[in-house]
Amino acid sequence: MATTASDSGIGASVLRKEDAPLITGQGRYVDDIKLPNMAHAAFLRSPHAHAVIRGIDTAAAAAMPGVVDIFTYDTLGLEAGVPCASNPFGNAKQPKRPILADGKVRMVGELVAVVVADTAALARDAADRIVVEYDPLPVVIDAENAGKPDAPQLHEEAPGNHCLTIEHKTEGFDAVFDAAPVKVSLTIDNQRLTAVPIEPRGVVADWISSSGELTFYTSTQVPHFVRTFVSAICGIPEAKVRVVAPDVGGGFGAKIDVYAEEFVLAQVSRLTGRPVKWIETRSEHMVATVAGRDQLQTATLAADESGRMLALRVHLLQDCGAYLALLTPSIAHLTVIMVPGAYALEHVDITLDEVFTNTTPTDAYRGAGRPEAAHLVERLVDRLADELGKDPAEVRRLNFATEFPYTTATGLLYDSGDYAAALDKALELSDYAGFEARRSEAAARGNYRGIGLSTWVEICGLAPSAVTKAIGIGAGGWESAIVRLHPTGSATVVTGSSAHGQGHETSWSQIVESELGIPFDQVDVVHGDTGQSPYGLGTYGSRSLAVGGTALQLTCGKVRDKARLIAAHLLECAADDLEWSGTQWQVKGSPERAKTIQELAYAAWAGDSMPTGVEPNLEATTFYDPPNFTFPFGTHIAEVEIDGETGKVVVERYTAVDDCGNVINPMIVDGQVHGGIAQSIAQALYEETVYDESGQILTGTLVEYMIPSAAELPRFDTARTVTPSPSNPLGVKGIGEAGTIAASAAVVNAAVDALSGIGVRHLEMPMQPGRVWEAIQQAKAGN
Amino acid sequence: MGRTISLTVYGRRVEEDVEPRLLLAQFLREQLGLTGTHIGCDTSSCGACTVHIDGEAVKSCTVLAVQADGAEITTIEGLARNGELHPVQRAFYAEHGLQCAYCPPGMIMSAAYLLEQNPNPSEQEVRHGLEGNLCRCTGYHNIVNAVLAAAKG
Repeated sequence: MATTASDSGIGASVLRKEDAPLITGQGRYVDDIKLPNMAHAAFLRSPHAHAVIRGIDTAAAAAMPGVVDIFTYDTLGLEAGVPCASNPFGNAKQPKRPILADGKVRMVGELVAVVVADTAALARDAADRIVVEYDPLPVVIDAENAGKPDAPQLHEEAPGNHCLTIEHKTEGFDAVFDAAPVKVSLTIDNQRLTAVPIEPRGVVADWISSSGELTFYTSTQVPHFVRTFVSAICGIPEAKVRVVAPDVGGGFGAKIDVYAEEFVLAQVSRLTGRPVKWIETRSEHMVATVAGRDQLQTATLAADESGRMLALRVHLLQDCGAYLALLTPSIAHLTVIMVPGAYALEHVDITLDEVFTNTTPTDAYRGAGRPEAAHLVERLVDRLADELGKDPAEVRRLNFATEFPYTTATGLLYDSGDYAAALDKALELSDYAGFEARRSEAAARGNYRGIGLSTWVEICGLAPSAVTKAIGIGAGGWESAIVRLHPTGSATVVTGSSAHGQGHETSWSQIVESELGIPFDQVDVVHGDTGQSPYGLGTYGSRSLAVGGTALQLTCGKVRDKARLIAAHLLECAADDLEWSGTQWQVKGSPERAKTIQELAYAAWAGDSMPTGVEPNLEATTFYDPPNFTFPFGTHIAEVEIDGETGKVVVERYTAVDDCGNVINPMIVDGQVHGGIAQSIAQALYEETVYDESGQILTGTLVEYMIPSAAELPRFDTARTVTPSPSNPLGVKGIGEAGTIAASAAVVNAAVDALSGIGVRHLEMPMQPGRVWEAIQQAKAGN
Repeated sequence: MGRTISLTVYGRRVEEDVEPRLLLAQFLREQLGLTGTHIGCDTSSCGACTVHIDGEAVKSCTVLAVQADGAEITTIEGLARNGELHPVQRAFYAEHGLQCAYCPPGMIMSAAYLLEQNPNPSEQEVRHGLEGNLCRCTGYHNIVNAVLAAAKG
């Protein structure tokens, strides 16, 4: 890897170039866009979780002043359903989800009609005047009941509400499992969550009828996917659709989907001939944006008396919600393949069942299937240690995979790792050895104190395109980059990844500075606009640096190689006689004979003195398909204190040692870790999306759905080990989801450890005070 | 329909007709074009819309525009003076206190008010002082660092 010693190249904690407009109120989010003659859309949504629509009367609403038009399924003119682009082994039932309800609704919040009006308030008022006659149907809201013989049926195409089953069992499992002397079991409800980026979703669709062109501003992680699907569903040539993701206020996976509202907005702009805006309210977000998790897990881990893990049997029951969103069926499949975690476990027997219920669809939420896997195996390891009376750190160490590349029982090839190094560092930083004194000190105050580990590993760098095809995802996993040098020596980078807070403009500029010697401040990074960038697959799954960053690095290499030919021509020497200094091509042994990259950019632009067969200008493009995934890992240690009287759990200390391979910007990496941990502590302690028996959401606003504030969270002590990935030349792995994958298990393990002395063996998430208090009372009563 | 209100928005006198039901947050964004103030919820939970009204930090979605008649308002756009960033803005940049940046306009306004009330807060005072502002990206770690750094100057 070519690097330059500088304050702003690879490895430096450079402050973000994105920030200046964002801290002064000059960011540009979708809701900040105002176009001439722009109208506003509001949706009428189903108040029922399951019902037949007998009639829709829009007359009174349509007569209101300021209403432009109202559309239902019959008048919108979109026949196709909302797309699902994943089908892990080709046998998932994929019932159609009409873009507006076609005679039936299957969840609260389903779109029934859309009003276009001169203002957002008028559109909302008119939507409330639409009269819909429903015949309510029986409702099923949980996955366990969905499969029962008398359960209400959601889709004719999916008998028994069954979507798919995946089974993975290693040869010889039964003999090893049956003969194992030690077995521990757990049932875990990995509860439903809602993503809640602070910027809700939003769209401005701008159709120009004379040219047949659609410009489409949307708050998304995947602008090119949006273009492809809007083109396909609305019947507009893809070349005539430009999708722009302006500043995007967080995504967390929920903005990977291409939503019904987006197709409606494109279509109503076409039908009304006006630009149309829609901004999701938070209440809409809670019912209309995909949820995460919602996986019921039952597992038995078999081991020997020394604590060596021998075989793991797992059943996963995934709630898909009422329909399949873009990647719904594949999320729990990621759980299946990551169940072995960091351990050299030879035998697994995993069954995954996915079912439909009358709830909002589930799909990717930060971590997407991997937090569920890590939580399960990390809880099981703790149960095993407890059963054997051994130190959970040592049981983990005994079972770590140690030889890399390592092929797991689920067929993955872990690229590199040193799990014990991360564990040791975390044990030291957290003062694990000194914990018992802190436990005693808390006990003296009437509180329970516990410590918990999570030695996580995850799969990133999505993905080799042949693999995405093989696991039924309808898109490749490559990424694109352009590097364009200007005659005055600055550079424009165009990336197909689509940042929404991750700081790509900064990290990508650091890569260019190190690879081409163009100063950080002289690099401009363009992203999130299909009108400017080659096709890119977007930002999710902690993939951007490992795939998009590598595409950029390779492109810099192409530019550098071409510059070398030009330099050789200008210096009248052979290209082989030149060496790269970090900023210029120079003659070996005579560094005063040199051409800087800026001089070469100018010469290439002038074009009058080019070597034979070399095109003018310095610009290159790469489409990079990775050869393998990457597998970041680490150890997180949570220390909690539980109020003995109220059951309130407080995270007092949190230590995270993560290994994401080589690091481009340590400051940004730490920031990603902090945010991920916070979201996962939130799952452990606070957040849960709840429905009542009739399918009404009980957590429909941020009053009921508890996002923690600064007052509920601790400081995070972060550190790293560095084990470069052999899967890409940058040696990077990915860090965006690490905290979310690691933390929930560490926190629950700590809470269970705190209460293990009174006999508590398991706690369900979220560990709200009432639930923990009950566990304490039951344990005391049982003693 | 509406009534006329007049108010001062960081030194600039404005007079506008407003609908009685219009929230101050919407008024600032839609009628004055000051889109730095963000809206992130329906329930005054997230604090993204925090502005200063007569020197006090207020969630502008909890106030009707007509209630702000006669008031002096400062939004994120008006926090920097004469091209100089406010110390809290500088600290958010220096401490990596923002990622997606949807919450910082409100968070920065709350933090600036917090430091006016308590120029030398403890970490716990900062955490409790900001509990009306939600961030989904940073885990608050660097936000808290930024506010403490701004206090030190």
